[in-house]
Amino acid sequence: MERRQFFRTAAALSATALAPHAPGAAMSAATGGAEFIDTQVWLGQWPTRRIFPASTPALVAKLQLHGVTEAWAGNFDAVLHADIGAANARLAEACARDGGGVLLPFGTVNPTLPDWEDEVKRCAEIHRMRGLRLFPNYQRYALTDPRFMRLLALATERRLLVQIAVAIEDERTQNPALAVRPTDVAGLADALDRVPTARVMLLNSFMHAGAGSAATLNRLAATRRVSHDIAALEGVGGVEKLLEASPEAQLVFGSHTPFFYFESALLKLHESVLKPAQSAALRSTNARAALTDSARGPNR
Amino acid sequence: MNRRKFLHAGALATLAPATTRAASTAPSGPTSPPWTDARLRRLGAWDAHCHVSTPGATPAARMERLVAIADRVGVERLCVFMSPPWQNDPTPEQFRRSNDDVLAILKEWSARAFGFVYLNPNYPRESLDELNRCVADGPMIGIKLWVACRCNRPALDPIVARAAELDAVIFQHTWLKQRGTGNLPGESTPMELAELATRHPSAPLICGHAGGDRELGLRAIRPHSRVYADLGGGDPVSGEVELAVRELGAARVLYGSDAGGRSFASQLGRVLGADISDADKNLILRDNLRGLLRPALRRKGIEV
Repeated sequence: MERRQFFRTAAALSATALAPHAPGAAMSAATGGAEFIDTQVWLGQWPTRRIFPASTPALVAKLQLHGVTEAWAGNFDAVLHADIGAANARLAEACARDGGGVLLPFGTVNPTLPDWEDEVKRCAEIHRMRGLRLFPNYQRYALTDPRFMRLLALATERRLLVQIAVAIEDERTQNPALAVRPTDVAGLADALDRVPTARVMLLNSFMHAGAGSAATLNRLAATRRVSHDIAALEGVGGVEKLLEASPEAQLVFGSHTPFFYFESALLKLHESVLKPAQSAALRSTNARAALTDSARGPNR
Repeated sequence: MNRRKFLHAGALATLAPATTRAASTAPSGPTSPPWTDARLRRLGAWDAHCHVSTPGATPAARMERLVAIADRVGVERLCVFMSPPWQNDPTPEQFRRSNDDVLAILKEWSARAFGFVYLNPNYPRESLDELNRCVADGPMIGIKLWVACRCNRPALDPIVARAAELDAVIFQHTWLKQRGTGNLPGESTPMELAELATRHPSAPLICGHAGGDRELGLRAIRPHSRVYADLGGGDPVSGEVELAVRELGAARVLYGSDAGGRSFASQLGRVLGADISDADKNLILRDNLRGLLRPALRRKGIEV
């Protein structure tokens, strides 16, 4: 994907305002109290390899060591388990028990399962989650599927931010028994047209094969309601280059840890020369704005 | 190569060790935060795998841009090869042109860059001539082989033999895409590199990308003590550096980035974030590559 081309035709994206910090989130002395949000961390185990750190407290300790004040956690178990209700409950419990005021659980809903709508309700009402993390490629539904449209609408009604894990693992190295292509995001713009206040965050959308054509991604950028994490953004000075091409691009910090080494995302902040406002947007304010917008619900 | 420039940079490197040893209290090894810009700049890493694909009017200008970014994260020396545009099966004219770009870079950047000559074994005579032009009679110190032909073919034997005479290291791209079913026709697997290593057991070979699918690639090269694993390229998947150290020993593992397509940061991060000792990180980030290149550099009167 040509990243410059990706954003060339995108309209100027809305400036994001600093929103109030989430209650209970920890602040870090290591960063002088500045908010630092990691939008993509994981609990649970990936089926084809052992992931480190192996425990939730160890993950939290690692994040805090690097100044992360808030991390949005999904559960790897929810990718393939059919009992997603249990996976979400375990995620919520682990974040509450071992999250150290840092972890925010993002539950999963699989709209191909019977009575999936109740899972949206449970995530919002019982677990008090702020967002969902979806796996369309592993759970085999397209973003043009009416069930996804309904899910996006329900999540928005429930004031949940929707994350879509476009990919988790480079398809070149997947175990053949678990081979899936990245989610095709071509249908997402149409879905956003139908749910005009929905906010979506794409995770790993820059991974190897990419999430779609430049035209598709430009169209998504023009909605001003789609953000991308940088975990899989590559190229020397990649963040800086992308922001040069599109100064208002909605990039958020995501590490994909512990599947990826946390330091790989962290060092990207040093490899690119960023203006203070760009750095703040990447480290927290874009993510905070996405969450705050979602929390306003469908009638904002 | 401009020896004065080279030695100047070497002196700077001596003053700035790759990592800072632990102080008496808090850990301060390579993995310990906070990562400040100033601390990263002192890292002193040697990168085994770079392409000068950054924008610029001339090869040297492109290199200037790449070095500016490398400086931010402490990449001190860069092995450079294969100037764009990429050609899977380049004609002799095309690989000579690519090498001319690297020669132009070395004229300006010999203090920071090591050149590897790009060859195509499908043109054995022309490849040997180019090897002589750029390494025997020029400033380059290694060979880059990409995806023109599988590296287990006999066509590589005269190139490996001549490389040994010149103390030139061979960097062979390898990948296992979808367990090898997705490879390009001429794209080598790490198993094929192992075959080459069996025929040339004393030749130092670098297994580019550690085979791509590292869990398989590292096993394939494990028995061959002169085959080194380049960590460059591919996503920074947790555990793979630990795996490489466990299976090969840290002395056979090299930091490489595959810049500019890949980020220095993401690739350095996998080494800095790995659960291995500081001593092993120093080997991987610099000392192994320095030792590997030393014979070729000595032939050119350069001590590192």
